[in-house]
Amino acid sequence: MILDLICESLPPLLASSILTIHLTCISLAIGAFLSLPLGLGRLSKNRWIAGFCFAYVYYFRGTPLLVQIFLIYYGLPQIGLTLGAYMSALISLSLNTAAYTAEIIRGGIQAVAAGEIESAHAMGMTRSQVLCRIILPQMVGFALPAYGNEIILQIKATSLASTITLMDLTGMARTLAAETYAPLEIFSVAGIIYLAMVITTSKLVAWMERRWTAYRR
Amino acid sequence: MRMKEMLFIFLGVMMLVASPVLGADKIKIATEGAYSPFNYVNAKGDLEGFDVDIAKALCEAMKADCTLVTQDWDGIIPALLAKKFDAIVASMAVTEKRKKAIAFTKPYYYSVASYVVRNESNFPDKVEALIGKTIGVQRATIHEGTIKEMYGDKVTIKTYDTNENCILDLKNKRLDAMIASRPLMAYYIKHNPEAGFAFLLGMYNPVVAAIGLRQQDTEIMEKFNAALDTIVQNGTYDQISNKWFGESLLKK
Repeated sequence: MILDLICESLPPLLASSILTIHLTCISLAIGAFLSLPLGLGRLSKNRWIAGFCFAYVYYFRGTPLLVQIFLIYYGLPQIGLTLGAYMSALISLSLNTAAYTAEIIRGGIQAVAAGEIESAHAMGMTRSQVLCRIILPQMVGFALPAYGNEIILQIKATSLASTITLMDLTGMARTLAAETYAPLEIFSVAGIIYLAMVITTSKLVAWMERRWTAYRR
Repeated sequence: MRMKEMLFIFLGVMMLVASPVLGADKIKIATEGAYSPFNYVNAKGDLEGFDVDIAKALCEAMKADCTLVTQDWDGIIPALLAKKFDAIVASMAVTEKRKKAIAFTKPYYYSVASYVVRNESNFPDKVEALIGKTIGVQRATIHEGTIKEMYGDKVTIKTYDTNENCILDLKNKRLDAMIASRPLMAYYIKHNPEAGFAFLLGMYNPVVAAIGLRQQDTEIMEKFNAALDTIVQNGTYDQISNKWFGESLLKK
């Protein structure tokens, strides 16, 4: 009986986890793209740039993601901008992860030893050469463990997309649980699928860390 | 000395908090709280609505000490089975499938489902009008089945946590149509003329709404059924129904 239920729910749950993976990957890609200028901007000497990046990061880190999603999905139509459920979820997830990743990048940059940067300048490198040759490559090594956490948090954050009608893993699980009145079985299966994704991700990040920070060992 | 005083105050507060628990016949009733005007949370954070008034009237008739709690719709049956509360008074339609999981009292109102569209859409009043359109419905309701029966894969179905969010998206034009309980939507259309909603097609899915209980709780079942008879006979039911809908919902 219980096994039947689990077997029956597995195919639709696996099918819906494609949307979860999809949302995670694309939002992380957009977020990473936005986060580099934001992270660098946080350290800018220009007061306006630094101020803007500070405000951005603090808004997105300081308010719940669910509120951000509702603002975009239910709030924006009030001023005439109606985005689809998928676009709303993708935009909120991307903007949110960009803020967290920007802070990780800022921390990574600040962890680069000041002596190395000074030496590079003394060698006659230009500012952009210092950035590309000295600061950014090391930043990646410093930021990777924290970024691995961010990926895992992002996988779990996509479950909020189910609140705006998307049929991701959580959305499908909620529908199936409501249909079968067997939330224990259905949510257990959904939980195991999330766990599998998270374990795969953390193994992948650990492998990248070993590869890219080999010089430190 | 200070410690002793604090202990007394602490015990006093505990007794105040615990006193209702000691009284006999304590019933915890759940409703959704997002199904206006049947049950909703008002600006002050209190539960209001037809279901809420009925629940309170039933408690009075049963002389029971009731507490009302809210519970998300898609988890309301599992939560009843998990004994988070003892009864569901939340406009729940009696279906064969639900009967396998829980027990129902006598009906406390009759209802049908209807499609609602925006006036401006100017859909012809034919079933084919909605083919290829996006239709919204609340998750885990009987209406979801109605769409699937009528249209199968010929429409896009979007499911919502609450009916209120579904209404919001019809207004936002993310949906072309939605389906929900007719008395509920009639109330909404009457009180929100600026939304520009109208009914489309006929009425589907005649259902009876009843109070959901655990199957083993036969004693509570008898009490609720007796209380329902009482409030229908003494006019309380009609009074509540008239207050919200201007007519009795116990007429088929």
